[in-house]
Amino acid sequence: MKVTVAQDKCVSSGQCVLNAGEVFDQRDDDGVVLLLTDNPPLEQAENARKAAATYPALAIDIDE
Amino acid sequence: MSDTLTGTATEVPDYPMDRDSRCPFAPPPQVLEMGEAKPLSRVRIWDGSTPWLITGHEVARELFADSRVSVDDRRDGFPHWNEHMLSTVYKRPRSVFTSDAEEHTRFRRMLSKPFTFKRVEGLRPAIQQVTDECIDAILAGPQPADIVTKLALPVPTRVISEMLGVPYEDHEFFQHHANVGLARYASAEDGQKGAMSLAQYLIDLVKTKMEIPRGEGTEDAVSDLAERVNGGEISVKEAAQLGTGLLIAGHETTANMIGIGVLALLENPEQAALLRDSDDAKFIANAVEELMRYLSIIQNGQRRVAAEDIEIGGETIRAGEGIILDLAPANWDSAAYPDPDKLDLTRDAGQQLGFGYGRHQCVGQQLARAELQIVFHTLLKRIPTLRLAVPLDEVPFKHDRLAYGVYELPVTW
Repeated sequence: MKVTVAQDKCVSSGQCVLNAGEVFDQRDDDGVVLLLTDNPPLEQAENARKAAATYPALAIDIDE
Repeated sequence: MSDTLTGTATEVPDYPMDRDSRCPFAPPPQVLEMGEAKPLSRVRIWDGSTPWLITGHEVARELFADSRVSVDDRRDGFPHWNEHMLSTVYKRPRSVFTSDAEEHTRFRRMLSKPFTFKRVEGLRPAIQQVTDECIDAILAGPQPADIVTKLALPVPTRVISEMLGVPYEDHEFFQHHANVGLARYASAEDGQKGAMSLAQYLIDLVKTKMEIPRGEGTEDAVSDLAERVNGGEISVKEAAQLGTGLLIAGHETTANMIGIGVLALLENPEQAALLRDSDDAKFIANAVEELMRYLSIIQNGQRRVAAEDIEIGGETIRAGEGIILDLAPANWDSAAYPDPDKLDLTRDAGQQLGFGYGRHQCVGQQLARAELQIVFHTLLKRIPTLRLAVPLDEVPFKHDRLAYGVYELPVTW
């Protein structure tokens, strides 16, 4: 699994951290998405998929 | 081809539509019928124009996320709420609500700092304390008690005061002016006076915070905005407007969701029991999503206009045509949620559209979630015998407001 984020599309909803706090974080200043790991371990993969699916601005892409 | 080109004008139904008073939690029956037939169809609004009403869950999600769909209310074809909104469109400054693309991103990021997941998690103890204090007061007071004035309004007001950085001695003033326009028989004038007093208060607060040297102030939203004023990014007036926007958006909506959410739980006691007996944070979180899905309190639709032609759901939305994304029918779309008229806290409600979707999705959603999770669960735990003190058909509903809810909710225990 390879996770990529598009910070320019991010709207700081926090949905990514809510769903997969081990994979994503938010910049303190403006809440923009930060990628903690682009290749999450298997046990976090499902959460990362859920984050990508609920992400409102389609800023998270997952290449399986 | 759409029906309106071949049909007569009378076939296009007027919008918004009325709810059925016997089913106060349900979206208007006519909207649901339209949603059963097609995910999008034409409606006629106050000015005679016939924008598209989106009732399907999937089509709503796609359009919310489509960059060809604009929130710019100065574009021709934008389906305004009413004549007042149209006539004042050039008087209202551009804001996070009416800007697209990069301009929107700039506004949005100014507002995002206090609402990050981590910042909101840090507020949970304060939200819990405010909630417990309100419930202490209910238990110590007379019966019946009004959930709206004793819990639904004060919790979000006090939380947003903390977040904005309103000094404690001003909390009462702030709470009074924030709520005066929300009362059942409030006039437009009351609302305007309340809003003006708050706007002036926030201008003064921004100015006060601007004088505090960097690093010596508190961590709060108005301090953040004051810093941006000092940095030359925005004016004092813009900062105060952003602050007022946070207050109004974060306060009235949450208050309504608490009031009507408590009522929905009281009317579904077996679901309330599931929530009361659970200590699983995931279950409690999903229960709030399901309540948001079931109640979608923002009524009368999110307004947009197509910037280009868009093919969707077997129709073509032409450039310049209005789009109204109606949250309640989309959240009651049986293709997305089987038996949508059932409040079922055990279903996966993760994709509910109560906060909208796409780049304009609610900026305060994580704060709202935290407040709702804490308030519903704590109330049910602490007052397990809570019940409605009047028949359901005597509860006054807010059919006439942007945010649906109840004006009063008398309870006993």
